[in-house]
Amino acid sequence: MSRYILRRLIQAVPLLIGILIINFVLIHVAPGDPIYLLAGDAGDEKYYAAMRARFGLDQPLAMQLYLYLVNAAQGQFGYSYAYDRPVFEIIFARLPATLLLTGSALVLSTLVAVWLGVVAARRAHSAADHTIAVVTLLFYGMPAFWLGQLLVIVFAIWLDWFPVQGMTDVRHSYQGLEYASDVLRHLALPMTTLGLLHLALVTRLTRMGMREQLDEDYVRTAHAKGLPVARVVNYHALRNALLPVVTTVGTQIGTLFTGAVLTEIIFAWPGIGRLLYDATLARDYPLLMAIFLFVAVSVVVVNLVTDLTYAFLDPRVRFA
Amino acid sequence: MQADTVIARRRTADGRRRAFLIRLPSTVSHLPSTAWVGIALVVLLALVAAFASQIAPGNPFRSVAPPLQPPSTAHWLGSDDLGREVFSELVHGARVSLFVGLAVALTSTVVGIVIGGVAGFFGGWIDDALMRLTEFFQVLPRFFLAIIVTAFFGGNIVNIVLLLGFTFWTGTARLLRAQVLSLRAREFVVAARAVGVKELTILARHVFPNALPPVLVNGALQVGGAILTEAGLSFLGLGDRNQISWGYMLNNAQPFIRSAWWMSVFPGVALLITVVAVNLVGDGLNEAMNPRYSVASRRSPVVRSHPLISI
Repeated sequence: MSRYILRRLIQAVPLLIGILIINFVLIHVAPGDPIYLLAGDAGDEKYYAAMRARFGLDQPLAMQLYLYLVNAAQGQFGYSYAYDRPVFEIIFARLPATLLLTGSALVLSTLVAVWLGVVAARRAHSAADHTIAVVTLLFYGMPAFWLGQLLVIVFAIWLDWFPVQGMTDVRHSYQGLEYASDVLRHLALPMTTLGLLHLALVTRLTRMGMREQLDEDYVRTAHAKGLPVARVVNYHALRNALLPVVTTVGTQIGTLFTGAVLTEIIFAWPGIGRLLYDATLARDYPLLMAIFLFVAVSVVVVNLVTDLTYAFLDPRVRFA
Repeated sequence: MQADTVIARRRTADGRRRAFLIRLPSTVSHLPSTAWVGIALVVLLALVAAFASQIAPGNPFRSVAPPLQPPSTAHWLGSDDLGREVFSELVHGARVSLFVGLAVALTSTVVGIVIGGVAGFFGGWIDDALMRLTEFFQVLPRFFLAIIVTAFFGGNIVNIVLLLGFTFWTGTARLLRAQVLSLRAREFVVAARAVGVKELTILARHVFPNALPPVLVNGALQVGGAILTEAGLSFLGLGDRNQISWGYMLNNAQPFIRSAWWMSVFPGVALLITVVAVNLVGDGLNEAMNPRYSVASRRSPVVRSHPLISI
């Protein structure tokens, strides 16, 4: 197992370097002097001279790339125009809100999707199966931002069940449990938006996996020795059917981030997506690049974790 | 008569017309009925896009109504904050979505074919390098990359198509590579090599024509994703400002979500119908010619293990 982990860790390194190189290239092909992308636009001449030296902007390109990588390794990615602070400080301040939204949506949609997939597989080609297929396909084809707008119109404006926007009620300053329930009420609609978009794939995969597993000999054996149906389905077959689901949930993290960005904008959720939107409006290029870098690295890390989880769950992988 | 045959009349060599039984490609006869629904919808959308100027004459950017009017007989789908007709915007917006969807699918398929073909054909370190490149592009968050590039260079429609085309190709490349590798081990390719056909000719005449169909289907599956991505960019205000698009309409609708539901409902429905339609077509084609059953499983183990043939 440790050899497998080591191998996967080493494989992730070129991906990370590649992402940094893309960022470096973007800084240099972008319109304007690259110094502003690296050092913000609020400094004086002396500050710029120091930053030019730090990033070696008067040196050959290869040297600049080297310095960029060295600075990146030290966590130095530049300063935001709009906030005039190191970009990563700003991103990390927004991280909890995004993690709450994407995490809860991921958990909720995976649970619902697995349940739907099992129902669909057990009653294959029934009315329930077809309904599930059509409904999840519809959500799969919906743009995140439009689904969000619809939910706002129906559940926040017409029915007035949930707040329209934000993460907390600005008119009150709740504490403790009241604060938590306030956040939860604000979370309901964006979480549902993001969750519904991700139902389709996991539902399909679970259905496919369950159909295969339910045909296997060991399932028949379990039935034959008189185990309750629920135990055979939920314990024996589902465990094996879920293996491919783990991988898919992991690889969807990039799509999930994309959906989160658009969802956060609709609901004014104060996470990284909202930050990205504000950064595009303000043309805050250093912040934009840093968010790109952050998301790309997150995707690599999550993929790595997914692979390791998979290897842990399925011994065939780590000994292959 | 079997389900996958049709009668066709053709002139034979002696000039007489005769009836023939023609076998349709099995893909067509195996298409599920949902795919035909998708095809009908796509054709309808294509007609709307092609005849947009006839269906909704005049420039869609022009104000022709009082602002923020709800749907009525005068203005079917209402008007937006600048008094533009939502119906007219919707009809003209079909052009952008369909164009972006098809152009991105085409571009990414070409790129994928080149990369997957080269990797599968040459093998060795070239294959290794190209597959690492493919993995890299797979983890790259392309929507975020698209945001940055359009923010830097402006979101004209050609930029968007090229950008998405050059980031959507990874699945196609992997699929074609797998197809080429599996076809190269098949008897007819080995036989062609044995009678002295040149490698490039084998590739062009025997391998590619057989490897392409599933790859093209994979291209069809990219259309929906491309349309949604363009809509997302336009929604962020990063799309092409000179073209009405559905994402741009939804971006406009966001501030008026309390007062003018028609501004957001109709463009969203249009996007939904389009994406579902192209997905139905792609899924149907995929099901009809599932490459797992057509190529990989027929690969003969004998050829691979026989040292005399597998040169």
